[in-house]
Formats: sequence, C-alpha cells, structure tokens
Amino acid sequence: MTETLTQSAVPAGPRARWTYLDKILSRPGPFTDPDAFVPGTIESVERAKILVIGAGGLGCEILKNLALSGFKDIHVIDMDTIDVSNLNRQFLFRAADVGSYKAEVAARFVEKRVKGVKITPYCGKIQDKDEEYYMQFAMIVCGLDSIEARRWINATLVGMVDGENPDSLKPLIDGGTEGFKGQARVILPTMTSCIECQLDMHAPRAAVPLCTLATIPRQPQHCIEWAHIIAWEEHRKDITLDTDDPEHITWLYTQALARAQEFNIPGVTYAMTQGVVKNIIPAIASTNAIVAAACCNEAFKLSSNANPFLGYPGTPNYMMYTGDESVYTYTFEHQKKDDCPVCGADTVARPIEIPANATLRDFVDLLAERPEAQLKKPSIRTGEKSLYIQSLADLERQTRGNLDKEMSDLVEEGEEMVVTDKAFPTQFKYKAVFSK
Amino acid sequence: MADLPPPVQGPTAKEKKYDRQLRLWGAHGQIALENAHILLVISGPGVVGVETLKNLVLPGIGNFTIQDSTVVSEADLGVNFFLEEEHLGGYRAEHTCNLLKELNPDVNGNFITEPIDTWLSNPDALAPYTLILATAPIKSEYLSKLSVHANTALIPLFYVHSIGFYSHFSVHLPPAFPVVDSHPSPESITDLRLLKPWPELIEYATQKTMNLEGMSADDHGHVPFVAILLYHLEQWKKEHNGQVPQNYKDKTAFRDIVSKAARANNPEGGEENFDEAVAAVLKSLNPPEPSSTVKDIFKAPESLLIRQDSPSFWVIANAIGLFYTKYGVLPVPGSVPDMKARSADYIELQNVYKSKARKDLAEVLDSVRFLERNANRSTTIKEKDVETFCKNAAHIKLVRGRPFPVVPTEGEVKWGDRAKAMAQKLTFPDDLVPLYIAFLAWDKFVATHDQDALLGAPKVPGASESDIESDTEKVKGMALHIATQLTKEASISLDDEDSSALGQQLEEFSGELVRAGGAELHNISAVTGGTVSQEIIKVITEQYVPVDNTCIFDGVKSKMAVFRV
Repeated sequence: MTETLTQSAVPAGPRARWTYLDKILSRPGPFTDPDAFVPGTIESVERAKILVIGAGGLGCEILKNLALSGFKDIHVIDMDTIDVSNLNRQFLFRAADVGSYKAEVAARFVEKRVKGVKITPYCGKIQDKDEEYYMQFAMIVCGLDSIEARRWINATLVGMVDGENPDSLKPLIDGGTEGFKGQARVILPTMTSCIECQLDMHAPRAAVPLCTLATIPRQPQHCIEWAHIIAWEEHRKDITLDTDDPEHITWLYTQALARAQEFNIPGVTYAMTQGVVKNIIPAIASTNAIVAAACCNEAFKLSSNANPFLGYPGTPNYMMYTGDESVYTYTFEHQKKDDCPVCGADTVARPIEIPANATLRDFVDLLAERPEAQLKKPSIRTGEKSLYIQSLADLERQTRGNLDKEMSDLVEEGEEMVVTDKAFPTQFKYKAVFSK
Repeated sequence: MADLPPPVQGPTAKEKKYDRQLRLWGAHGQIALENAHILLVISGPGVVGVETLKNLVLPGIGNFTIQDSTVVSEADLGVNFFLEEEHLGGYRAEHTCNLLKELNPDVNGNFITEPIDTWLSNPDALAPYTLILATAPIKSEYLSKLSVHANTALIPLFYVHSIGFYSHFSVHLPPAFPVVDSHPSPESITDLRLLKPWPELIEYATQKTMNLEGMSADDHGHVPFVAILLYHLEQWKKEHNGQVPQNYKDKTAFRDIVSKAARANNPEGGEENFDEAVAAVLKSLNPPEPSSTVKDIFKAPESLLIRQDSPSFWVIANAIGLFYTKYGVLPVPGSVPDMKARSADYIELQNVYKSKARKDLAEVLDSVRFLERNANRSTTIKEKDVETFCKNAAHIKLVRGRPFPVVPTEGEVKWGDRAKAMAQKLTFPDDLVPLYIAFLAWDKFVATHDQDALLGAPKVPGASESDIESDTEKVKGMALHIATQLTKEASISLDDEDSSALGQQLEEFSGELVRAGGAELHNISAVTGGTVSQEIIKVITEQYVPVDNTCIFDGVKSKMAVFRV
C-alpha cells in the first residue's frame, strides 16, 4: 500500500498548517468591512488573549474550536472535576481522568493535539479573580451551566468599562444548552443588551409549594422533593446531603418510593430521584457542538473582522437554536434595557409587583422566582431601614422578625428598596407596587 | 415507614455514562444507536464529516466506517482535530478513525483507503451500512450511485457542504419515514376530552362537585379543575339547548362564569384550582379533532392496503384509522397534567383516564390482530408498540423522503414537483434558497472542472489565488443559470426588481463561497457536524422530528433555514 502514498501537494512552509484559515484571512469577501479587515494579517487572531469560562460540555468544544481558529493564547477557568456522566459529550476526557480537574486535563489535551497553542488553566472559581485579571483578555467566551456565574461575570465586565479606556471593554460571548435547545449571544458590555437585560429569557422552573410536598403529593417528583427537603431534615439533619454520594441518593429514593406507595403514586425511579435532587439537565454532544462553534465563529469574526459579527450595536446579538422539531434558529437584536440593574442608568428603580397581603417572607421567595429577579439570597433595605439582611449572621438574627410582617406595613407604595445578593457584585433597585 | 421496599438497583456503568442522553431518547433509542453502522465518504478536507462522527461516537453509535483515500497533509492538522503531527503522510481515514475510537471504547471504527472509484465499483461495497454520509466535493457520478443505493436499500443518505462561512446538508430519507415518538412539547400533549367525556369521567366530576356551593373552604379549594370545568359545562349545556360553548365569544363567557364561581373571601383572595380551570378554558375546550397531518396518514395508500409485509407502523395506523372512523376521535392518550387536588382525588382522576386509555388500546389491539390474521403476517406486533402509538397518536409524523437533486456534469438540475415551491422562495427577502442555489453552482463547477488526478479529489473554485476572479464569475454564472432554469421549470417569471435582487444575492453568495477556495473553517464544520449528527440521531432512533429535507447555515449572519427540495 505505501507506494501509492504521495506527499501533500501543498508546499510545506511556516503557514502550511493554516492553509485553509489563511484563505479566509487573506481574501476579502462580499460582506467584509474594508475599513476593518486587513487581508493577510493573522496577528489579530494570534495575539488576542482569550479567556474561556467553563471546561465542561461547551468548554471542551470551545477550546478545540479556538485552537483550530488560530488563537494561540487561551486561558480557561473551571472549578469542577470530571465525573463519569461527563464522558458522553466532554470529549477531551477519558475514563482514566475521572476525578481530575477539568480545566487542567482539557488544557493539556488541546495543547498536545494542536501544536503551538498555549492554554493556561485555572482550577477554581471565577469569583477568585479580580478586575486586574479580567483586564488582560481581549474577550471572554462562556460555556457555563449556571445562570449565577454568568450574571457575576457579566456584572464584573460591565463594572470594568471605563469610558476613557477603550481596552476596558471586553466582549462577552456566551453559549448555553439544554437538551436539543441552546443559544449563542454576544455582549459588548455597556453598549449592547447584557446578560441581566436578558434575564427573563431564562425563567427559573416554578417551585412546587411546600404544602403540596407536605400534605398532598400527586406526582413522583413531589415524593422525591419531599424526601429531599423534608425527610432528610427530619431523619438525617446532622449529615450534609451530598448529591454525588450514591448512598445518599439511594436513601432519598427509598424514602420517596415509600411515600409514593403510601399515596398510590406510580413512577418514582432511581434515575428520576437523581434528576430531581441534582436538578439534572439533559445534555448531548450535538447541541454543545452547535452552540460552542457558533460562539467561536463569533469570536473569530470579532478578532479577525473576516466577516461581520453578532452584537455590533444596532444589529442582531442573539441566536436562539431549537433542534427537537426539525431545526430552527431565531437570530435577533435583544434590546438593552434602560432600567437594567447592571448596565442601565444608576438611578432607575424597577417597579416590582407585590401581592396585596404578601409578607416579607413571601417577598423574599418571590425575588427568587420572578424571572426578572432570580435572587436566591437577597438582603433588602429601604432608604430608612434594613428589612432583612442575610449577608451577616448577626444582622440576619436582628431582622428575622420582619419576615412574618406584611410588606404593606414595611414599605410604602412606590418606595424604593435596594436589594443585594452576595452572588452578584452589584445592587438591584426596586420600587414597590402593590397589586390591588 | 416500617417496611421499606427491597434494596435498590443502582444504575449500571453504562447508564451512568449515558445518563444525560438517556433522559432524552431512552434505552430503546440507545439500542437503535448501538445497532447502526454509519459510512462516511470524504475527499476534501472532510472535517464536517469527522465532527459529525465525533458527536455520534460520544453517545455510543455501534459502528462507523470512514472511506477516504487521502494522505494526511500539513493543512489537515490546522483544521482536523482528530489527526496529529506523527500522522503526516499516512492515511487520513486510518488515523482519524483511531483517534475517534479513543473517545468511546464501546464503538467499533473501521476505515477504507481504497480510492472511491474502484471501491464503489464493487457491487457489495455499500451493503454493510445502515446510513451514509457524504461530504462535498464528491464527483456527481459517485453521489448519484449513493443516491440510487439509498433508494433501493431504503437507507438514509446525507450530503453535506462546509465551505468557508457557509454550510448545507440535504437528507434523502426512505419514501415513508414515520415517527411515532415525536416528543411533542409538554404543553401540547394535554388531551382531556372535556367536550367528549365518557360516562366514568362524568361520574367522577359529578361526585367531586356534589354540593359544590356548600363545601368547606378547604374542600372547595381542592376540587380538581377538570371536575370544575365538567360541572360548569353541564350547567352551560342546560341553558344552551345541550350545546357546549361553540366559539371564542361563548368560551370567554364560559370562562367568566367559572372565574366568578371561585371563592375570593379567603386570605389568598382566590383559589388556585379555579385559576387553573380558568386558564384551561381556551386551551382545553376544543373538539378533540386530529390534525390533518394525522388524518392524511390514515388515508395514505400504505395504510389503506395492509399486506403481508407491511411495516407495523401501517398496520397500527390502519387500526387507529378504523377507531377514528368509528368514534370520530383518537384513542385517549391517558396522561393527566398536574393540578391542585388532594392526592387521592388526583390519583383517582388519573385512573379514570388510564382505564379509558387501556380500553381504547384494547379495541385498537383487536383491530391490529384482525389485520394481522387477514394479511397473513408472520410476526406479531408487540402490544407495547401499539400502546406507544395510541399514546402518541395525535402527534405521529410521516416524512415523505425523496432524493435531493444531484448536479449532473452535463444537463440541468431537475426539480420535479418541488420546482414551484422552490422558485417562489427565490425572492423571499431573508430566505436562504439563493445560498442553496449557490451551493449547487459550486457543485456544477466541481463537476465540470475535474482534471487534477489527485486521488479522486476534484478541483474546487477559488483554490488558487490567480483564479479567484474568473472562478467567481463562473460560479455566479452557473448559479444564475440554475436559478433561471428553476423559474422556467416552475413556469414563474420574476419582475425586474426581483431578478436584480436575486442576481445580487447569487453574486454575493458565490463570491463568499469562492473566497474560501474549498477551505473548511473549523467552527462552521463544527456547527454543521453538530446539526448533522443531531439529525442522524433522530433518524436512527426514529424519535423527534427530522429536517425535511435541506438545511442551510449562514455563518456570516449566524442563522439557519430549512426547506424541502
């Protein structure tokens, strides 16, 4: 067989490896902006230091894609270690890597596979890093499964923008998937609609009322939540629940099953128990591939100007993807919100509707559930007093008594409240509007 | 809580590894994947095909084979993630196959390095495969051969382009490709039959609403909304000559009645179950009429004439068609959404629906058995399959697969009965049909510029710097020609404005395609490899709804379009 092998017809040279990429980088196209695109320069891509947040399903794809798009200086942050259930899509990991840090293994793998790329891993939280750290990057690509982490980096990047210094504006490219659905979006902090402006696009799942769990379960999920929230507290409150510990899941499963039998509810399974308590979102390689590559395509266009990118002010900045019923994308411009608590004008307080006889406790729950708020540990102040403070144990004790008071006794109609949550480096202003 | 159930069977190693996907397509979908054998035919950079395979190897496709006679070059290393420096000069199929296999030890990978012309001339070359994926550039005679095989062997064929910032794929499915498990959105599957209740359901509602006015607050707040609506429907019928609410006006009037029946003199200022009832009025008070898509399936020739070798789908479709003819409704699916109710009342309601579903299933099953005997079928259809069909009856889909056009070396592209629909889309402002035409023109260029003798790799437009301008002119000219022929075949004429707009689009799309000079951008191939692998999974598992039959990705504007060619 070997005698039929011929060496490549492409002349070997320093750029031989990038033959294909260089075709695009050296030639203008009908849609390229002649003022922005310099044919033949590869530096704009090679020199761009780029940060990838997340080395999971999307992150693995993003690292591969950026390395094969000509980026040479890539950093990656992820705090997680590899689990066996990652292996069906996180293709930089093997069974032998289970337990190792994702960022570390992913970086090493791509460096080995794509010669000449440098990938610097950080195995920890994005919150460990300060503005000075984020300032070194040309742009940031996010492949996260947590809304909270996205909101944190978004608020941080918006806060970093200094009108005097154009380099302080770091484009944020964000991907997300769930099953066959996903989205890719580009944010130019302070200039275009930010993650916080778009928060209501990702409404949290409605929680099942506690009284349903406690007294009238109807669904297998109700029995599992009962085991998770009520039974564990009752029988094993001294043990911290570890949703990765099979013994713990098994215990919850047997409790849930017993309760389901008591109420004649069919359908409790081990897999469902795991899904409910770990809040598992189905994830597959194909959707991750689509969304991650759509994000990296934007990163490449942003760096090279080889074609117009999503997110230029006044043009579409958001691509929504659905793949379960045929294939459908919707690419549009999400408008910046003037009253966005992160990138809007500082002084505006957003109206928030409060049911007529809601207590402060109800209001705290409502802040967690409302799509436009989604604040899980809020501390709430008015101009005059602290209604409820969770950030310090002492203050929590002092203000706890307010929880059962009615909101209408605590704040006036139209009064401003400042809400903080230690998950976010920003404050949220709301104006009380009582529903009639 | 004294006697706990028997010890738990934890998940197996395989269930753990595939947990996140089994939650989508289940164990039966996984088995289908494991029984598949996919053939990938590549000659150009082929990255789009390799990325597709990657997304199939990860979830555990049974077997794949790569046919590729190309030798690994430096250029491959800059775009294909599944090659390393030490593979330079070796066969690309072999090394890519080996690196893909590393992703999942459960998958069998094979490779063929024999050149396509001699390999394809073997009459049994394609026999082992259950699905074929070919990437451009490929000579039209080989693509035609694959298409003919797909036709006779009734296996799916995918054809994919990934060129610069653009990509395309078309899928040729068998002429009848049914999907029973289409996974409709949870909101769309509720079928409560409130306008066609059966005696047990009426009995349930009567019981639960007995003395409604005199009920204690707690009881009143826990009457299931289904019972509330049925109760008020009976009242309404008494005042409207036995008629249920007919139109939007009736329904809003009915909704007001239900809304006013809620008690508001409580601390909550209302009742959740009544809120649910009010919210359900417009959605649920519709006659349970099947969609025309479903009725068309009953009327399909394959359904009307059941033969000894009819696939089980058609036997069940015929049986459900009989059920529909007899009762004017589909079998009750049997699921009930969650609602505010006491546990026992809710479970009782669930059982009312489940018993009816079982009864309907038994009747359909009888018809299936009758049809089987009549047609002398040798195998018995599993009851489980009939049950799944009954459950999903309102959402079954039938894709009429058809060959996609293969651009011939000589002569015109033939559009057949799609000519009219395609020609009309030529002038839709944001449609991507013109980009599809540009891809066909790119294929025409390849078909007419084959003189390289490069182990079957044809010449692509824009490959060399000096030819960019002339190649762009040629591709644009070919695109205009294809578009003109299409309008002729469709007997449509474009006005000057439309013509010039179309001309400009074709020029831009051709220009962008030629700019790439046959280069694949890794990102575009990864997006496309993602979509194609997703479609392959749908087709193999016969779940979800596949693309029918062409999809375009525009990486300049970041959007996709689907249409039928």
